[in-house]
Amino acid sequence: MRNWKAWVAGAIMSVGLSTSVQAADKEITLCWAAWDPANALAELSKDFTAQSGIKMKFEFVPWTNFADRFLNELNSKGKLCDLLIGDSQWIGGGATYGHYVKLNDFFDKEGISMDDFAPATVNAYSTWPKGTPNYYALPAMGDALGWVYRKDWFARPEIRAEFKKKYGRELGAPQTWTELKEVAQFFQGREIDGKKVYGAAIYTERGSEGITMGVTSALYAWGFKYENTPGKYDMEGAVNSPEAVEALEFYKSLYDCCTPPGHSDAYMVANLDAYKSGQVAMQMNWFAFFPGIAKDEAVGGDKSGFFVNPKQKVAASTLGGQGISVVSYSDKKDLALQYIKWFANPKVQAKWWSLGGYSCHNAVLGAPDFPKSTPFAADFLKAMAGVKDFWQEPIYAELLQSMQKRIHNYVVAGKGTAKEALDKIIKDWTESFQDDGKL
Amino acid sequence: MSSSVSSPDKPRTVTGKVFALSDRAIAWLFISPTILLLLAINIFPLVWTIYLSFTNYRANQPGRAIRWVGTRNYERLLGNEDIWGYLQATAHFVLWTMLLQVVIGFGLALLINRNFKGASFWTTVILIPMMLSPAVVGVFWTYIYQPQTGIFSYIVNFFADVGPLDMIGSVDLAPWSIIIVDTWMWTPYIMLLCLAGLRSIPDYLYEAAEIDRANAWQKFFYITLPRVMPFLMLAVLFRGIENFKMFDMVVELTSGGPGSTTEVASINLKREAFEKWRTGYSSAFAIILFVTVFGLSNIYVKALNKVKQ
Repeated sequence: MRNWKAWVAGAIMSVGLSTSVQAADKEITLCWAAWDPANALAELSKDFTAQSGIKMKFEFVPWTNFADRFLNELNSKGKLCDLLIGDSQWIGGGATYGHYVKLNDFFDKEGISMDDFAPATVNAYSTWPKGTPNYYALPAMGDALGWVYRKDWFARPEIRAEFKKKYGRELGAPQTWTELKEVAQFFQGREIDGKKVYGAAIYTERGSEGITMGVTSALYAWGFKYENTPGKYDMEGAVNSPEAVEALEFYKSLYDCCTPPGHSDAYMVANLDAYKSGQVAMQMNWFAFFPGIAKDEAVGGDKSGFFVNPKQKVAASTLGGQGISVVSYSDKKDLALQYIKWFANPKVQAKWWSLGGYSCHNAVLGAPDFPKSTPFAADFLKAMAGVKDFWQEPIYAELLQSMQKRIHNYVVAGKGTAKEALDKIIKDWTESFQDDGKL
Repeated sequence: MSSSVSSPDKPRTVTGKVFALSDRAIAWLFISPTILLLLAINIFPLVWTIYLSFTNYRANQPGRAIRWVGTRNYERLLGNEDIWGYLQATAHFVLWTMLLQVVIGFGLALLINRNFKGASFWTTVILIPMMLSPAVVGVFWTYIYQPQTGIFSYIVNFFADVGPLDMIGSVDLAPWSIIIVDTWMWTPYIMLLCLAGLRSIPDYLYEAAEIDRANAWQKFFYITLPRVMPFLMLAVLFRGIENFKMFDMVVELTSGGPGSTTEVASINLKREAFEKWRTGYSSAFAIILFVTVFGLSNIYVKALNKVKQ
C-alpha cells in the first residue's frame, strides 16, 4: 500500500517537474537598466508573451551598477541574460569578444532591414566595426542628451523684464551655450516663490560616466573630434584642440558659477531631483526621462519646456540610448531572436513610443504627426540628427575611466588647466591603445 | 608474549593502519585539509597574482594571448605620479583616522570605565555605528553632508556662519569627510579593546600607587597607559590594516572624488582591475600594496611584542 502511494506521488511530482521545466524553457530574461523606459518595455512585452506564449523575465539594474553588473556577466560568459539592452559603447566589445550574436543572417532571413531604422541609431547601436554592415543589435532605445527648463519661471513678466533689461534679449530656451550660461547666471541665487534657486543642474558624476557625458555635450558643440583621421587614433591636435580647451573651460565655468551647492557628483537622478524639487531653472538630462518630467505632478505639463543641446560652433548632441542584442552564451537564443523579430515590427515600435520608449524606427520617427506627438519629440528628432558618441572600442571602459578622472580633476577639483587635462587624456588613451595593439 | 605480535601475513584493518601511524604522520593527517584549503584559497591566488603581474593579461579578453612583459607593470606603477597620489591619500586617511580614533576611543574607554550610572546603556549606544554596514554608512552620510539640507552643514553654521558647507565636493574638505565618518564608525571598536585593557588592570596596582602618593597623571602614565598599550596597539593594527584597504564606505561617500582627491589605493585598484580590466597591471599594484601592508604589519607586530615584554 505504502509502495503504491509512493509511486503515485512520484508520478505526480515528475509530471509537475516536467511542466515547470517546459514553462521555464519558454521564458527568456531581458536585462537592462532600471529606469522609466524599462518599465514601459515590461508593459510592452506583455503583448509578446500573449502572442508567442514566451514568458518574459526582466533583470533591471540601477544605472550606477549597470555597467559593472552586466559587463561582468558578459565577461564571465554568464547565462543570466538572453537579451541585453547594453550601452552603445559596449558594441565594440560585444562584437569583438563574442558576447553578442551577429544578427545579419537573422535579419536577412526575417526580412528585417536596417534601412527601416534611423541611420544614426543603426550606426551607433548596431554596427561594429563602425561604418560596416555588421549588425550585433537592433536599435531599441534612441536617446540623446537634452535640456529641460522651467517654462513657468521663464514666462513670469517681472523675470522676463529683468532679463531683457540685463541682456537685451527675450528670455527663452537658450540657442547657444553662451546663452545657456547667461540664463543660468541670471537665475543663480535668485529667490522664486520665497525659495533660493540655482541656474542649472549639469552632470558632474565621478564614478561611472556622468561627467564625461556632460562635458562631451559641450565639447561636441565646439566641434570636438576624437581623432584627426577617423580610425588612425591620431589624437594630438584633435582632443586637445583650442576649441576643445575652450569648451572644457566653459563647462568648468558653468559648474563654478551656476550649479546648486554640493552638485559635485551628480548624474541623472541627482539632476532630476534638483529639477523636480524646484532647485534649478534648467537641467541637462537624457531624453529618456522627458516623458516622466512631462507627466510629473510638480513640474509637468506647462511648467516645463524642453530644448535640444545648444550649439556653439556646431549643432551636436551627446548620444545616449541602446540597441538590443542576443547574448551568445544564452541557451535560448532562438526564443530571444523571436523577441527581436517581434520588436522590429513597426506596429510594436509605434506602441513602444506611445508607452514612453524612444523608437528608432523610421515608420515612427517619420510619421507626420510625430514632431507634435509630445512637447519634446521635435527636439528629439533634431538631437538624433546630430548625435556623437564616445569611443565604442572594445577597451572603451578604460578610455572612459581615464576621461572621468582627468575631467573631474579639472572641472570639480579645480586642479590644473583644461589644456593639461586634455593632454593627460591623450597620454592615457595613447597608452591604452598601445596596450590594445592599435598603436 | 608471542600472542601480542601480529602475524606478518594477517591483513591489517584501516583502524589498525591509523593506529600504526607515527605522531607526526597523524599531525599531518589532521592539518592537511586546512593546508590544502589554505593553498587553494590563499597561496595559489597569491602565486597566480604574482605571475599575472608580469604579464599583459586582461580578464575580459580570455582569448587574447598572455604575453610576459617582465617588470613593465611595476615600472609603470612606480613611475606613475597618480599612483603616489593614491598612496598619499591612503596614508593621510589611515594616519588621521588612527590618531583620532585612538585619542577619542581611549578617552571614551576611560569614561565608561568609571562605571557611572547608565554606563552599560551608553556603551551600547556608542557601539551602534560599528554594527552598521560601511556601504550603508557611506550612503546616509552623503545625506548628512548635503550642503543645503544636511544636518552637518546646519550644525556647523549654528556655531559659525560659513554658509552651505560642501564637505564632499570641496578638495580641502573631502579628505576630512571620509576621516570623520570612519572615526564616527570605528572609534567604538578602539574603545572596546581599550576597555578590555582597562578592566584587566588589577586594583592593587592603583592602591599601591595611592600609598606611594602618586598623582592622577603618574597613575595614568605609569600604570594605565603601559597596561592598556598592548590592547591599544592590537586595535590599531587591526584598524590600520582595515583602513589601508578601505573601499566601500569611501566609494559610496565620494567615489574617490572630487577628481582623485579621496581616491584611496583600493578604489584605484578596483577601477584598474574590474572597470578597465588591466588585470596584469592591477595585479602588480595589488602585490605592491600587499608587500607594503605585510611589511608594515611585521614591523608593527615586532614593536607590539616588545611592548608586551
